[in-house]
Amino acid sequence: MAHIPDGILSLPVLLGGGLLAVGGLALAVSRLDERDIPKTAILAAVFFVVSLVAVPIGPSSVHLLLSGLIGIVLGLAAIPAIFVGLLLQAVLFGFGGLTSLGVDVVDIAFPGVILGGFAAPLLARTGGVVAGFVAAAVAAAAVIATAGCVSLALALSSTDYVPSLTVIALTYVPLAVVEAIVTGVVVAYLKQVKPEILAAPPREVLG
Amino acid sequence: MSETFLPAADLTPRPRLDRLDPRTRILAATVAVAVVVALRSPLVLAAALPFAVLLALSAGTTAADLGRRLVHVEGFLLALVALLPLTVPGPAWLVVGPLTLSQPGIDRAVMILLRVNVAAAVILGLLGGLEPVRLGHALARLGLPRKLVHLLLFTARFVALSREAAARRLDTLRARAFRRRTSLHTLRTLAHLVGRLVVDAVERAERVGEAMRCRAFAGRFALVDDTCFGPVDRRFAAGLGLVLLALVVTDRLT
Repeated sequence: MAHIPDGILSLPVLLGGGLLAVGGLALAVSRLDERDIPKTAILAAVFFVVSLVAVPIGPSSVHLLLSGLIGIVLGLAAIPAIFVGLLLQAVLFGFGGLTSLGVDVVDIAFPGVILGGFAAPLLARTGGVVAGFVAAAVAAAAVIATAGCVSLALALSSTDYVPSLTVIALTYVPLAVVEAIVTGVVVAYLKQVKPEILAAPPREVLG
Repeated sequence: MSETFLPAADLTPRPRLDRLDPRTRILAATVAVAVVVALRSPLVLAAALPFAVLLALSAGTTAADLGRRLVHVEGFLLALVALLPLTVPGPAWLVVGPLTLSQPGIDRAVMILLRVNVAAAVILGLLGGLEPVRLGHALARLGLPRKLVHLLLFTARFVALSREAAARRLDTLRARAFRRRTSLHTLRTLAHLVGRLVVDAVERAERVGEAMRCRAFAGRFALVDDTCFGPVDRRFAAGLGLVLLALVVTDRLT
């Protein structure tokens, strides 16, 4: 849904997105401890698989993005995790694209990482239900931020896209609602069952 | 346990492409897609489409598979492409009641459809049959940071396992007559499924990490891959280069 394929965006936008993504990846990878790689990879695989499950919305359906949840659980490591997921999707299934990979990473990973980072201290302190609501807000905001980034990338690429942006942005509204509910319930559940997942994202272990 | 860390002998036999170094395929796909994105003439793009489709078919992608994927690629674009003829100002091409389809809007929409499909067919053709393991090894030899390569290899490995785990849990839901609907119950149930999968994954990751350290894993992964650039790669690169050059030249001249 948030994957912009090859052939839509203009060259400067592709280059800008690519540079931002490389910067984020370089930072995240330099902070990533070798010992956290299996954990990051397994969670990346889970999120990859879950995003293949279609959630019905009336006659249509959406696929979960879970970028808020990934940001909350993985912290900065969400950037390489989402990069790997998008690369595998592009190569295995032909979704997304090669030249737009950088823009897609920025659109999906950056909002989750930034918002998840802001919410992390709050999530570590609060209990089940409150944490669930905080996480729901993070998830909804992350989807809206992704919609904003996609719209921005399209608008910067061509003024022809601008009139269509409202419709495209509207398609994100059901996703934001679904993501908020799912992420809220997941985080409340994790708080009960295995709170240490939320208490110590990898980046804090590294210190 | 359908996937391993070492390249499997031949999961999908693609004799012709597999004689190429995977690095050649990655670089060729990147350059070809970059050229396709830069083309400006719809005629040249239309001429490139059969080549891209032929490439994908000769690489072993079945026609049905290719069709399904291209349709899916188009599914994403529906909103954009359908709206462009209505929103781009310009002389009318067709007037249907209150709707006016503008000529420049139609042109833009056609360009986008062509570009997206040619690029998708090129990627499917050159990279579609590349197993994630060989992709990871090739990217490592192209200079991708080691940690990122490890992450890619581990993720590819665990995707198969996570998929089985998710399928098992979805089966148990089905056995209890669960059907996905637009309802809070569906979302809550799926959320608990996701939560359970995350907890299982973290516990598995701890076990895997410990097991690897028990086997003296010191943060370095031996990448067993001895393919190298050969005459086949040179011939392929030269051929593709000529085709791409011809496309660019005709594109800029017309």
